Amino acid sequence: MRLNRADKNLLSDWWFTIDRLMLAAILLLMAGGLVLSLAASPSVAERLDYNTFHFFKRHAAAFLPALVLLFFCSLLEPRMIRRVSLVLFAAGIALMIATLFFGPETKGATRWLKFGGFSLQPSEFVKPAFAILSAWFFSESQKRKDVPSLHIAISLYAVFVALLILQPDFGQAFLATLVWGGLFFMAGMPLVWVAALAGAVLLAIVIAYFMVPHVAGRIDTFFDFSGPGSYQTERALESFASGGWFGKGPGEGTVKQLLPDSHADFVFAVVAEEFGLIACLVIAILFAFVVMRGLLRVVPETDGFIRHGVTGLMMLFGFQALINMAVNVGLLPAKGMTLPFLSYGGSSLLSMAVAMGFALGLTRRRPQASRSRARQDVAAHGGARELET
Amino acid sequence: MPKTVHIGLTSPHILARTRGAHHDRSRYALTMAMFAFAFAILCARLVFLGLGPQQSADAEKRGQLSTALSRPTIVDRAGNILATDIVTGSLYANPQKIVHLDDTVEQLIAILPFLDAGTLRRKLSSEARFQWIARKLTPRQQAVVHELGLPGLQFAAEPHRVYPAGAEAAHILGQVDVDNKGLAGIEAWVDRAPRIERPERKSSVEAGAVRLSMDLSVQHAVREELVAALARYRAKAAAGLVLDVHSGEVVALASLPDYDPNRRGQALGKDQFNRLTSGVFELGSVFKIFTVASGLDHGVTSMEQGYDAREPIRVGSHTISDFHAKKRWLSTPEIFIYSSNIGSAKMALDVGAKRHREFLARLGLLDRIGTELGDTAAPILPASWKRINTMTIAFGHGLSVTPLQAAAGAAALVNGGYRIEPTFLFRSREEARVRRERVVKAQTSELMRYLFRLNVKRGSGKRADAEGYRVGGKTGTAEKVVRGRYSRDALLTSFISAFPMDDPQYVLLVMLDEPKGTKETGGRATAGVNAAAASGRIVERIGPMLGIVPQLDTKPAFDEAVSASY
Repeated sequence: MRLNRADKNLLSDWWFTIDRLMLAAILLLMAGGLVLSLAASPSVAERLDYNTFHFFKRHAAAFLPALVLLFFCSLLEPRMIRRVSLVLFAAGIALMIATLFFGPETKGATRWLKFGGFSLQPSEFVKPAFAILSAWFFSESQKRKDVPSLHIAISLYAVFVALLILQPDFGQAFLATLVWGGLFFMAGMPLVWVAALAGAVLLAIVIAYFMVPHVAGRIDTFFDFSGPGSYQTERALESFASGGWFGKGPGEGTVKQLLPDSHADFVFAVVAEEFGLIACLVIAILFAFVVMRGLLRVVPETDGFIRHGVTGLMMLFGFQALINMAVNVGLLPAKGMTLPFLSYGGSSLLSMAVAMGFALGLTRRRPQASRSRARQDVAAHGGARELET
Repeated sequence: MPKTVHIGLTSPHILARTRGAHHDRSRYALTMAMFAFAFAILCARLVFLGLGPQQSADAEKRGQLSTALSRPTIVDRAGNILATDIVTGSLYANPQKIVHLDDTVEQLIAILPFLDAGTLRRKLSSEARFQWIARKLTPRQQAVVHELGLPGLQFAAEPHRVYPAGAEAAHILGQVDVDNKGLAGIEAWVDRAPRIERPERKSSVEAGAVRLSMDLSVQHAVREELVAALARYRAKAAAGLVLDVHSGEVVALASLPDYDPNRRGQALGKDQFNRLTSGVFELGSVFKIFTVASGLDHGVTSMEQGYDAREPIRVGSHTISDFHAKKRWLSTPEIFIYSSNIGSAKMALDVGAKRHREFLARLGLLDRIGTELGDTAAPILPASWKRINTMTIAFGHGLSVTPLQAAAGAAALVNGGYRIEPTFLFRSREEARVRRERVVKAQTSELMRYLFRLNVKRGSGKRADAEGYRVGGKTGTAEKVVRGRYSRDALLTSFISAFPMDDPQYVLLVMLDEPKGTKETGGRATAGVNAAAASGRIVERIGPMLGIVPQLDTKPAFDEAVSASY
């Protein structure tokens, strides 16, 4: 099939307006995730007495839907993205509440809902919607003063984080806080407030340290340089040392047999052992590329919602990837967080596909985002100020 | 465009500030810089990890399954392997993966008949994911189990300690437990010694082997003669050691009964302890060497002087008499070769209780001595050291010491007068020179050499005279305390000797526990007929190994020339 710029159909429009480099990077990461679930998950599956390819099959089953989701979300107009997010957020929050009551407990937390053979982590799907909606309300708070947008944004945050803490899932709560706080900062909020927010987060960490034993344990182990690190971090570092620059070759890793979460949170370490540090660097650079390209692309953007929306999604994606990789290389204390697209997990894969689909959709080139329009916008606001005073 | 301001909670203050900061590019720049910085740190960390040493992360090496330690090889002074690790396969099971329980149990029992069916069945049907089935199988056993192809069974490589020399040096080497931890002997010392490096789990003889002072060929000869003596004299136990008088090295040490360290259970048998370091004994007349030496060293007597030994000494209820009573005045050499209790007791009293005791302490006879085999047993001293104690200790009663420290004390008397701590590790002469400490005058040592030799030529040690090796020594026959009384039938005989007496190189101690009389000995069971005889046989065999050049009556013997001067 040949696409022509002159054509005016959905597909050619999409193809010529989409950020094709970012799309390529995302597809590369997704493909990598498929390969890695084949490398990392069999040992975990065998340890849990599942079929060897149990996790791989499940990951593969989510792969095609993820591709479709990515494509459809990238087709959506900004207005539709807001609407879909609203629905997704509402549904996700409702499911999260349901999780508290009906979810089975795994590893000390209730994060999952089971539907027949499938389990679903609603909080994963709330994340992209949360980023979009927060961005929307922050931009609205700048644009219109007749709606209490800021308060709505605060409420969204409060509800989401409260539910996460009830599960409990401190890692995700921390991530949500980072994204929301980042947007708060980017949306031009006064620095005093930003500082106050940062202070509150620090306070929350201190409280979590003293109130929640496992948080304290992880932080203590991390800062105790004399003793051995946490078991997982030690094993992860071992796999980095064992793989060297070029790795031991696919399937040759041994540390994965000892890493409890080698297919999920510590998949980066498996990459290191089997494919080498060069592959790790390539992955890190791919993540960095997506984030930087997304941010760079929206700097000249005049539409506040698009700018903040993409920023929020990129921060979600970037922070999550950074935190996961930093934990793997022993730069941060262990925290339950997946590596976008690369870790095993259908919910995580689908939610990241939605997030990146939104990002691709928002960054599509649009004729109306012209400089003259931007100037009008500023002029209109200027006028409003004059009227006020 | 909105014209209404601050509805609800929004303060006018915030709005006024936010409106201007509609699109703050500097904040975007800052965020991007932060992301770039974070990713840069991550990449730097990855590069840093790559520059670090590349280690192999082998699950086996970390000892995930096996708790066994790898140990250094132990060699004798000539480099013969005495103990080393070999890699064996230990069979374990993941009970969750056993498919046919009955089948598995049946087939395993058929191949490994030492397994208990009930225990095996219980292990294989447990909830655990890991169960040892049989540790340290031979390659043949491993191959057969492997051939069965039963699911759920796996092997873990484990080091296993082997002692190629078997029981030969059991009491020096000690043994290890199933996890290769040292339990006794040098093996336990290896675990205590901080400087000993543990080799990687592979058999490496060269790397960091522990070199002992023991000489396997000498050890073999000593042990073999002791085994023969044990049988010949129907003794309960026999022990012997060879000590290098200049370096303090234990060249051979055997204590029978002993055990094969390859068979762990044997070590627990009755009477298995190392009598030479862990047992304390009243050595009897052997102790007269120390009494005579203290008399000569302090100058209270000389070779010409002597004591009246006509009448037994009566002290309170005790009577001190001579076994070979001569009923006359005895010179110092006569006291030595006739083993006069009366003369020794009088000599000790002349030295003085305090000086006599101090002399024994100087030779290391009153304290534990530390060796690589751990501290020796503590000597048993009299509760209060009275006059009578000095008199009995003079001829070896009332003070119990370990034979090893007695031998070390004897070495100081013949090596020129230097005390040197005994060691089971290889020690150079240079190191020994630094460590030695003068405790006896050189002149005293000269005289003691003469007396030692004289006793073998003319006295109780005649049977020890291995031709050409100029053996000198002193016998000791002590009555053992049985039910609180000295018994005439239960004897502990010992012979401390040195050779060659013109320039002593080695001290040999032989001890027999409750030897019986034989036709050959005319029914007697004293040290002169058994311990001294065994010593003679040992010297005959080990003399050539130790590089002693025999002198076979071609030129005037050294001792005759010397004896003419007295």
